[in-house]
Amino acid sequence: MSNHDPAAAARMRSGAERIADLFSVAREEDRAVFLPFLTAGLPNPASSTRLFRAMAEAGADGFEVGIPYSDPLMDGPVICRGSEQAISEGATLDRSLSILGEVAETTGLPSLAMTYANPVFRRGVDRFCDRLAEAGAAGLIVADLPFDEAGSLGDAARRHGLGLVLFVALTSGYNRIRAVAEAAPSFIYAVANLGVTGERREWSGRVERLVEGIREVTDIPVVLGVGISTPEQAAIAAELADGFIVGTALVRRVLESSGEQDAARSVAGLVEEMASAARR
Amino acid sequence: MRARLHRPDRRGRFGEYGGRFAPETLMTALEELEVEFAAAWADPLFVGEYHRMLELYVGRPTPLYPAHRLSERLGVEVWLKREDLAHTGAHKINNALGQGLLAHRMGKPRIIAETGAGQHGVATATAAAVLGLECQVYMGEVDIRRQAPNVSRMQILGADVIGVATGAGTLKDAVSEAMRDWARTVEETQYVIGSVVGPHPFPWMVRELQKVIGDEVLRQSEQLPDVAVACVGGGSNAIGMFWPLAGTGVELVGVEAGGEGIGTGRHGASIGAGSPGILHGARTYMLQDDDGQVLEAHSISAGLDYPGVGPEHSYFQEVGLARYVSVTDREALDGVRLLALTEGIIPALESAHAVAWVAREAASLRHKTVLINLSGRGDKDMEMLVESL
Repeated sequence: MSNHDPAAAARMRSGAERIADLFSVAREEDRAVFLPFLTAGLPNPASSTRLFRAMAEAGADGFEVGIPYSDPLMDGPVICRGSEQAISEGATLDRSLSILGEVAETTGLPSLAMTYANPVFRRGVDRFCDRLAEAGAAGLIVADLPFDEAGSLGDAARRHGLGLVLFVALTSGYNRIRAVAEAAPSFIYAVANLGVTGERREWSGRVERLVEGIREVTDIPVVLGVGISTPEQAAIAAELADGFIVGTALVRRVLESSGEQDAARSVAGLVEEMASAARR
Repeated sequence: MRARLHRPDRRGRFGEYGGRFAPETLMTALEELEVEFAAAWADPLFVGEYHRMLELYVGRPTPLYPAHRLSERLGVEVWLKREDLAHTGAHKINNALGQGLLAHRMGKPRIIAETGAGQHGVATATAAAVLGLECQVYMGEVDIRRQAPNVSRMQILGADVIGVATGAGTLKDAVSEAMRDWARTVEETQYVIGSVVGPHPFPWMVRELQKVIGDEVLRQSEQLPDVAVACVGGGSNAIGMFWPLAGTGVELVGVEAGGEGIGTGRHGASIGAGSPGILHGARTYMLQDDDGQVLEAHSISAGLDYPGVGPEHSYFQEVGLARYVSVTDREALDGVRLLALTEGIIPALESAHAVAWVAREAASLRHKTVLINLSGRGDKDMEMLVESL
């Protein structure tokens, strides 16, 4: 094996380590990590990977790849519609995980599965993590899995070298933040607004206090998500936190696009603006 | 056989079932709700007010009625627990009023609810009116059409009814949308869930508020029945009757929606034909495919048209405290007619499932005493009944 092949070296590092690398590199470069979210299987399973490639070229640092789910409780109408479309276009669980694998393989960027608890537990936490690791995923985020219920999945993720992400919300008190930190997630997904995913005109004035509250307890990287849809909001998020996630604005662009090429151009355009906002 | 559990464990589990699979934004509210309900339920002032309202406002205790003509027809001694005579026409008011009083006590000015058949929506709108709370009710678009009278009732009571068009436009989607609302408004809003479903503490709290049904049966019966039967969607009327009777030797039978027949795949029999999974915050029996995608349920009765079941029923099934069966849409319609013609009582389509099971199994129930929980009245179903008769 060559010591000079960075791609091979990256493959040697576990998913959790690759996520950690993202944050240390960004810290050195004095910028935030930008993780776009897009549902696997949009606009259809065959052309989905191409959209992720376009976002990689436009400056994404890594990805949240949404595994479409029938009952996405944490998602607003746009991502719900995206999930419905992806499922009706044939994005089964296996097809979605293959897309995630293609994204990880062709972009070389750390890619995390974003899913809900039922598909994970239905398959079995160990089998699910095994399949993710095999596909080359770096980690996973489960929207309806608070730390209280994450024990067995956390163990399975560790066994397979995957990073598990846990949530903190505006409503989380000190004890819950402490418990999340003790579970040692790859990063903390700080939910920047009350409610479900979706675009918001206003920036919640409580986010600053939330990030401070987390920083007082731990130095685990903090990534803001929910309600970040404009470059202006991204710039604020980049100042406050170690990273940020943009989902609804990208899914909406795909849903409103006239075709695959238009969708790729449209998401790449937004990702480019967001990526420059990530530089502090 | 293992015993019933007075409270789920620290993680909100009844054995393997239940728990708290909810977005982090809701977790603090769920923790608070558990603490607040436990405190209220141990407070004689709160419990006294709840029972005073049940007596003076709801009209409890509801009668335990010997259905002589039905008994004669079936050759089975049948008793009816008349929840259909409770104010607003179903058992749902027991829970809505209790949770409404709790919201009032916690200082939450707004309550939200989901509804399928509309009975829980009407009960919540009623509790909101009498307690002076703001109220919004989520209801699937399909259910809004098939339970139109209840939509008007909610509106007259001052509640906003919000149509839900996602998914199949039925109860499951209404629950999801109510939870999304709650995630946004959790700091000033109480989610008054309508059944023994959802993340902990809901299944426990709703069971505590519904078990007045079985407690009354214990007081009203000179001799306990051999069998107690109730319909099961989420399962609140069933657990309300079953829980106090569990372990007394009464055989407990929950009747799920067989829809067009289990073999057609168009049904709501989560225990009978489903498997354990995670739905609306709890681990429980549910209808799902191999990928863990939730399947649409089907039932002629909107209240049983739900692809999950309360986690405590999953536990009752597993440890053998109750058994779960199903009857079809067609049998339920026949059950409505049977009760109407023999007893002059038009039951809700949901409750008619329990009647229909007793009618179907009459031969094996001969010489036994059977108690049916008549959970609601059928006025809301009039349009569908007229069409099908």
